[in-house]
Amino acid sequence: MEPRPRSFYVLSAFFGLFILFLYGPTITIGILSFQGEGGGLTFPMRGVSLYWFYDLFEQQAVGDIWGSFRRSFVLGLMVMVVTVVVSVMGGLAFRRKFPGSNILFYLIITSLVIPSILISLGVGLLFSQSGLDVHWSTSGFGSQLTWTLPFGLLIMFAVFNRFDKSYEEAARDLGATPWQTLRHVVLPIIAPSLIGVALFGFTLSYDEFARTLLTSGSYNTLPLEIYGMTTNVTSPVLYALGTLTTVFSLIIIGVFLCVVLITNRRRAQQGSDAGKGDV
Amino acid sequence: MNKLRTNPAISSLLMVSPLAAVLLIFLVLPIVLIVIVSFWQASEFSIIPAFEFDNYAFLFGSPVTYTVFFNTFKYALITWACTLVIGFTVAYYLAFHIRTLTWQIALFLLCTIPFWTSNIIRMISWIPFLGRNGIANSTLMSWGVIDEPIEWLLFSDFAVILAFVHLYTLFMVVPIFNTMMRIDKSLIEAARDAGANGAQILWNVIIPLTKPGIMIGTIFVVTLVMGDFITVRFMSGSQSANVGRLISNDIALLQYPSASATAIVLLLTVLITIGILLRFVDIRKEL
Repeated sequence: MEPRPRSFYVLSAFFGLFILFLYGPTITIGILSFQGEGGGLTFPMRGVSLYWFYDLFEQQAVGDIWGSFRRSFVLGLMVMVVTVVVSVMGGLAFRRKFPGSNILFYLIITSLVIPSILISLGVGLLFSQSGLDVHWSTSGFGSQLTWTLPFGLLIMFAVFNRFDKSYEEAARDLGATPWQTLRHVVLPIIAPSLIGVALFGFTLSYDEFARTLLTSGSYNTLPLEIYGMTTNVTSPVLYALGTLTTVFSLIIIGVFLCVVLITNRRRAQQGSDAGKGDV
Repeated sequence: MNKLRTNPAISSLLMVSPLAAVLLIFLVLPIVLIVIVSFWQASEFSIIPAFEFDNYAFLFGSPVTYTVFFNTFKYALITWACTLVIGFTVAYYLAFHIRTLTWQIALFLLCTIPFWTSNIIRMISWIPFLGRNGIANSTLMSWGVIDEPIEWLLFSDFAVILAFVHLYTLFMVVPIFNTMMRIDKSLIEAARDAGANGAQILWNVIIPLTKPGIMIGTIFVVTLVMGDFITVRFMSGSQSANVGRLISNDIALLQYPSASATAIVLLLTVLITIGILLRFVDIRKEL
């Protein structure tokens, strides 16, 4: 192996600083959430305690944290499932040109780049003008889909751009119906990417804020609850909540990554039977 | 089933119908409604259907509008420049200086994980760092660089842009890294064999081939910053405003028609900007 150029070490240092920049603040509030009872929003630590976490479990004056967490979790799952299914169908359809495919593609891009507040405002108006009540599971759900679907579809486009069509042709030549080809050939091949889409669907929904602001009705989702807290809570209880949600997000990410890892490993073990036949 | 097989267009249309339905109800209809409402009147308690240009006349007649749009572009431009430099450097390091795929994936994931956590928490987490008695000030004071705390660290334009860069650099790293990974390594070897030094390879080979990724990253960062209203409000401590905040203030006052007019102007601004950027890249080919 050729020796590392000097630029490697400079860039490594830069990358290290970038990682510190990304994670440093989050780690800081992680530490500060263990602030002692008399402590404030900044260092120094006045003792180490779990006081603010207890506070989070007891104090309900700031709102309905656990209810909002439950809602965000359910909403995240709903958005995840729909995002995966709709993105796969859309990705499959977009492999061919069809009437209106260009318009639909530009709508997807618009959905991605449109300022979130327009979705919030527009969906809010749509529901109020048609006499419906906004609710996190209807208007909030739809608004979040306008944010997660473009990501899901872009991933699917990327996946199908790299997809080797000869697998499908082989299946068809062996007499598989279109459904069998999809079920036994296409889906297993793209499965790891689907886990990626699911991860995007869940986390983008779980953290979504701007598009749900006017569309979730009287029951807040967790990000809205946290946003409300930033205006009237000035104690480390805010950090404790931040730490808990971040840990929860990290667990979710970890679970998804493990699933990908396991799928890939199993595939590596069982994927090919080359050299195992009696030839 | 037979009919479906003979007419692929119909089966494609069936498969995109859920997608089209969602976009129709939650994207197209809301935009149409915002356009309509932007011509309505508002009283203190309700909005009244009408067809007049008062909201637009007021919007374009007010000097605040121009300041706020100027601010929006200022944030977008500065954030874009910072995220581009940082994002390009990080992607370049990952793509060309890390030698095994496993490490590339591991470090790439390390960069993307914050993207899957809450933006609001990530904004809040700057408070202990930038506050008056925060880490930055106390460190600088203990080093003797400054005598008293710097006031403009938190709740200022500086804080707003810092938070934007913190939140959105990933949107540059990911597409640029994606394009760089698709660059044929033999091109770089060819350039080296032809006598190019590192800087020349970077400037004449890598950067031109990375342009599509840069464009996609640019589209993400510019639209996210232009459409933002929370980061500006939170990090400036309500002292600065961009267009998004103008809209959200109107919404808070239930002035939906005037909010709608501003929203339409913002949407057109964003779409024109994106339209110009899309001339330089074919997104679907580059994914």
